[in-house]
Amino acid sequence: MGIIKAKNLLFEYIRRDEDGNVESINRAIDDVTLDVKKGDFVAVLGHNGSGKSTLAKHINALLVPTEGTLWFKDMNTTEEDNLWLIRQSAGMVFQNPDNQIVASVVEEDVAFGPENLGVPTKDIWTRVEESLNAVGMMEYRGHSPNKLSGGQKQRIAIAGIMAMKPECIVLDEPTAMLDPNGRKEVIRTVKELNKNEKVTVILITHYMEEVIYADKVYVMDDGKVVMEGSPREIFSNVEELKKYRLDVPQVTELAYELKKSGLAIPDGILTTHEFVDAIQKLRQQSW
Amino acid sequence: MIRDITIGQYYPVDSLLHRLDPRVKLIGTILYIISLFAFSNYYGYIIAAAFLFTVIKISKVPLKFILKGLKAVIVLFIFTATFNLFLTPGKIIYELGFIKITIEGIITAVLMTIRLTFLILGSSLMTFTTTPNNLTDGLESLMKPLNKIKVPVHEISMMMSIALRFIPILMEETDKIMKAQMARGADFETGGLVKRAKSLIPLLVPLFVSAFRRANDLAMAMEARCYRGGEGRTKMKPLKYKGRDLAAFLVLVLYITVLVVINRV
Amino acid sequence: MSIIVDKLNYIYSPGTAYQKHALKDINLEITEGEFIGLIGHTGSGKSTFIQHLNGLIRGTSGSIYFNGQNIYDAGYNMKGLRSKVGLVFQYPEHQLFETNVFKDVCFGPSNQGLEALQVELRAYEALKMVGIDNSLLDASPFELSGGQKRRVAIAGVLAMKPEVLILDEPTAGLDPKGRDEILEQIAKLHKENKLTIILVSHSMEDVAKYVDRLIVMNRGEVAFNDTPRKVFAHYKELEKIGLAAPQVTYVMNELRMHGLPVSIEATTIEEAKEEILRVMKH
Repeated sequence: MGIIKAKNLLFEYIRRDEDGNVESINRAIDDVTLDVKKGDFVAVLGHNGSGKSTLAKHINALLVPTEGTLWFKDMNTTEEDNLWLIRQSAGMVFQNPDNQIVASVVEEDVAFGPENLGVPTKDIWTRVEESLNAVGMMEYRGHSPNKLSGGQKQRIAIAGIMAMKPECIVLDEPTAMLDPNGRKEVIRTVKELNKNEKVTVILITHYMEEVIYADKVYVMDDGKVVMEGSPREIFSNVEELKKYRLDVPQVTELAYELKKSGLAIPDGILTTHEFVDAIQKLRQQSW
Repeated sequence: MIRDITIGQYYPVDSLLHRLDPRVKLIGTILYIISLFAFSNYYGYIIAAAFLFTVIKISKVPLKFILKGLKAVIVLFIFTATFNLFLTPGKIIYELGFIKITIEGIITAVLMTIRLTFLILGSSLMTFTTTPNNLTDGLESLMKPLNKIKVPVHEISMMMSIALRFIPILMEETDKIMKAQMARGADFETGGLVKRAKSLIPLLVPLFVSAFRRANDLAMAMEARCYRGGEGRTKMKPLKYKGRDLAAFLVLVLYITVLVVINRV
Repeated sequence: MSIIVDKLNYIYSPGTAYQKHALKDINLEITEGEFIGLIGHTGSGKSTFIQHLNGLIRGTSGSIYFNGQNIYDAGYNMKGLRSKVGLVFQYPEHQLFETNVFKDVCFGPSNQGLEALQVELRAYEALKMVGIDNSLLDASPFELSGGQKRRVAIAGVLAMKPEVLILDEPTAGLDPKGRDEILEQIAKLHKENKLTIILVSHSMEDVAKYVDRLIVMNRGEVAFNDTPRKVFAHYKELEKIGLAAPQVTYVMNELRMHGLPVSIEATTIEEAKEEILRVMKH
């Protein structure tokens, strides 16, 4: 059984008026079933409002399902006793870099998690140093977060989670507010953590370039998982993705367009390199 | 304009005073303020001044920078001085209608201004030499006994440090929203009091909306990082008294003793 | 309409420890009806620069001529300038404050001192221009979706009937479809309403598709100022200043390096497709 397992998950935002009567019901997650293997890099794609962020908040019990069940490491997230164990082990990075940094000094912010867990002072220092090294932000340990770039702030937020020694990191659109360089910086960091520290990664995003290295991709629309598979499988369906208000990397789209025009290019081209290879093969065949 | 206010800012240099435990500086400042109102003869002023300027010297914060902070509170000075000047009974030296100026009035006004100056210099020196985080840590530690009478000491200090973290962010945001509204033709600078107050609505509403959104995000982020109040929490940088802190306490005791002795002369 | 920027310099907080030369000797000309892309990484000075164009920030030295008149002349009507040069900030939805969508869009034109009827007419028109449905006029701006909020905010500036519309990263944080919709809307404003557009962006892919001219800023200076095609030809230099050309530029260059005789000028998927087909069918 995987590290995260959801069965028929359903979540409704219920709005009530002043008298407590139900005013409107918005079903944000609709019958989602999934299974994430430990150590995997999993991406969840979807347009704004597709329910992907709501799903993310279920993984570390910030939200609990209206119906269905979600288990993190075999712990049911609805059981109160599991709450802190789950949150310690399933860290979460949010979209807005400013709104998740608590302290006014970088290293003190990274220490916030371990402090909450009651880690002894001496161990906090080692954890803070290890985590800052892991995200490559050691030289900024004494800085004020206000002076850092968006990408650097997100790396600090990631370090703050790593210092809690989690088995899984859930990143809820960590790059949505960053510039292209910041985006690359954050994704590179996450990829390294996945590879070197064997942390399971759940990346919620709508940037397609960020998911081509994922082990598995889920696409969400209207609260449901509508596609799942490897990046190559997902990106083979350009038309379907567009239907879900999504996009594909330019090179994938170019390959797809050429195929439509009659060139025998394989489906699901993900990188420039693959594209050039495919074109060269075609030329050799035609000689 | 907001940048001109130097009171409460941290001045980043390395000095003995900067390195002192924040609790020592807090207690020292409180004792110093009390002492200012405890003595009644002129020797007291000399000793208080000597003590203050020695400490300023040790702090390595430029005197000019510290004095700049006084500018922000000049209104307070004028107000207290005028109050004392006109309302102290005694030997009248000038009279115009109901306004009477007495010799005692002049003396009290001058002395009061000096006391206030010392008070503000002394307390701003604390904020110049102590980082906000350090200060809240110190406050939390000193107020710990209040926990027994159900004062949420940890929560108060957590709120203070979060406020300190978000003040610069909200100031920047204010500037941004102001400019965005100015680009839509808003005018924050001209008109009477009512018009100006009204012109603040397009600034304040978005600012509050944003502050609430940030508060909501932050609460969620803190919960996700297992924050559940002060119980069972450890600290990365717990406060510990060192040799120099004890020495500082001795100096404080010495200062108070001298004042008490002199006051009897 | 024309804007001429002449030797513009801006020094931030001069004489303090925070002093920074944010704009260095900027010389530019923007003529009526252009669609310009302004690109640069964070901190390159592009946001500072656009705030000079409507007088929100005053240059330390140099001049800006709007329709031949120096905006730094004594007695120049800055408020008038601000309604001619409309500036939509980044995340403009953060400036919404009124109780309903319609009233919020009225804020700009009513500050211009127009009659109530005129104000409402303009607001109505502006909301139509950005494609906001009439059924939303009475809704609270805080209840709209992210993309809708952004449109309303853009309408708030359009209602002032500017001649130039400057947008600072109007697609930040939107999903791919939302991004395309906003960009299409802007292109439409350029085409149908004849607005001069300056689009500040991080994304070369977005810009390549729409703009006539690309201005690239780096460390407060203009690094490139040319058609997208010619700017992207310098993709190696762009990388050095923390930017990149669109992915198709790389694809075409790679193909050429591997011996396929394609022209490397394509900057959009459509152009690249035509070019590859042309060569392959040979």
